[in-house]
Amino acid sequence: MANKLISEMGLPTSIANIFAARNITTAKEALSLTEFELMELLDVGMARVTSAVAHISEIVSPPTQTALSLMEQRVQNEYMAGHLPTRLKGLDEALGGGIPFGVLTELVGPPGIGKTQFCLKLSLLASLPASYGGLDGRVIYIDAESKFSSRRMIEIGSKSFPEIFHVEGMAKEMAGRILVLRPTSLSEFTESLQQIKISLLQNHVKLLVIDSMAALVTGEYDQGPTRQHSLGWHISFIKSIAEFSRIPIVVTNQWRAGVKL
Amino acid sequence: MELARLPISASQRGKLISAGYTSFSSLSSLSPSTLAQDLKISDNEALEILRVVSQGSRLDKPDGSHAIVNGAQTAWDMLHEEESLKCITTSCVDLDDILGGGIKCKEVTEIGGVPGIGKTQLGIQLAVNVQIPVNYGGLGGKAIYIDTEGSFMLERALQIAEACIEDMSGNSDFLQKDFQSCQVKAQPKDFLQNIFYFRVCSYTEQIAMINYLDKFISEHKDVNVVIIDSVTFHFRQDFDDLALRTRLLSGMALKLMKLAKKFSLAVVLLNQVTTKHTEGSFQLTLALGDSWSHSCTNRVILYWNGDERYAYIDKSPSLRSASAPYSVTGKGIRTATSKCKRIKIM
Repeated sequence: MANKLISEMGLPTSIANIFAARNITTAKEALSLTEFELMELLDVGMARVTSAVAHISEIVSPPTQTALSLMEQRVQNEYMAGHLPTRLKGLDEALGGGIPFGVLTELVGPPGIGKTQFCLKLSLLASLPASYGGLDGRVIYIDAESKFSSRRMIEIGSKSFPEIFHVEGMAKEMAGRILVLRPTSLSEFTESLQQIKISLLQNHVKLLVIDSMAALVTGEYDQGPTRQHSLGWHISFIKSIAEFSRIPIVVTNQWRAGVKL
Repeated sequence: MELARLPISASQRGKLISAGYTSFSSLSSLSPSTLAQDLKISDNEALEILRVVSQGSRLDKPDGSHAIVNGAQTAWDMLHEEESLKCITTSCVDLDDILGGGIKCKEVTEIGGVPGIGKTQLGIQLAVNVQIPVNYGGLGGKAIYIDTEGSFMLERALQIAEACIEDMSGNSDFLQKDFQSCQVKAQPKDFLQNIFYFRVCSYTEQIAMINYLDKFISEHKDVNVVIIDSVTFHFRQDFDDLALRTRLLSGMALKLMKLAKKFSLAVVLLNQVTTKHTEGSFQLTLALGDSWSHSCTNRVILYWNGDERYAYIDKSPSLRSASAPYSVTGKGIRTATSKCKRIKIM
């Protein structure tokens, strides 16, 4: 919405033309100036500037929702009211049903605790047919540390869900639903994220796993503002994917010794 | 006040100056049509200029009647107003105590702290508590929740609303009996219905949203609290021009203060923390820099003290600095008891 064109906002033509003449074309540009600055720049009276800014603001503002309407939408549209059960009783209870849809869930722990194993299991659960309590969809697994093991996954699958995996061809079907990406650099990762955003909905993707975020970022940059900056961008982008497609996203993170503050 | 500071457009100002009008007194006795002829502008435009001038000069001149300066209030009147000011309870007795009753209406309060300390929880709690009906000592208002991070949790809002209703019906047993007879039991649904939720995805939207609030609240007069969770998020990224950032932030702070006064509502801003390098060591401070810290009236910092959560009043013109423990429970923010401690995992 931020880059919405002023010319398409239905402002009175006289003022819209002045904005265009001063090369202020988007809401972002107009709202980055104070009303006083705008008045100087556009050379029109305060009252007209104020009403134009109010008009632009109203259009750019997100739509009103009440918490109740959100809740109703969610109950109506989503399986299990928006949770992917982990099948671990205590954890599911604590999470209110499982890994929530539409938000980012981070898995953190020391090396060897089983973060990747957890991700493999979740991938399987999401790909299972709905009749077995799965999400019956595709999974995109971004494997930054090259730890994904198909053999281990099939092993987990056939031990946990023997009734499915022993049916002829089902192992292939299940494993075929899990798409593994192995980006080797941050820029490659960025590119695949952008592609994913477009194709998520079309391809019936029901879970996105990123294992791990830390590996991608630490490899590239030194500590400092650049890293923070880029990390911030990635996180907000991933969040926006989660919200817009309403799928669960699981990100793993490494455990580091840090300077105690 | 000089002509250069009048809120009129540059070309009009240029015309005024070139026609020899440099001070207010030279303009004050003019009729619109004379001015229109002198400046070769339309009558309407001239009228507009004179209106602006008379507004501007009123600030300079004594009004004559009861007030010496228009729009001013005596400290005595303000005291009365402050005493009648309503507060939104935080549901934690100790925290309410140090805040002087709760989060004050007509003021901007900033709440900051490390991730996981309970900022969003406190935000949701306030969005629910503002709706406590007047006969239970609440405000019976509505809430606006502006979510910039996507961290608003519906499930939590529902739990907190349920717990709030439970507490209210528990309390009513102690209160006068006649309440109960006429009291229709509140539903958690009603609470959710009264939280207006806006999901803001960029800083432009955030600015637009704050501009639009004025209109929105005029249409929904019973809104008593605006919560922004968090004010920081979009301003911490995508900014190369820090001067622009400071300008936008201070503009936003001003508008929020104006809203708080105009509609006598509480504005609650949640802020993140950042590390600041001073004298060779890193220290935790709230984000957005020093000029931002000047623009909030009250500042509350949430922090861990051992295993307990504490709130500390860092800045306030009227309250003494103090700290108080609180806890986050299944029911929301509550008074700390020794039982509700964080389960340490590290």
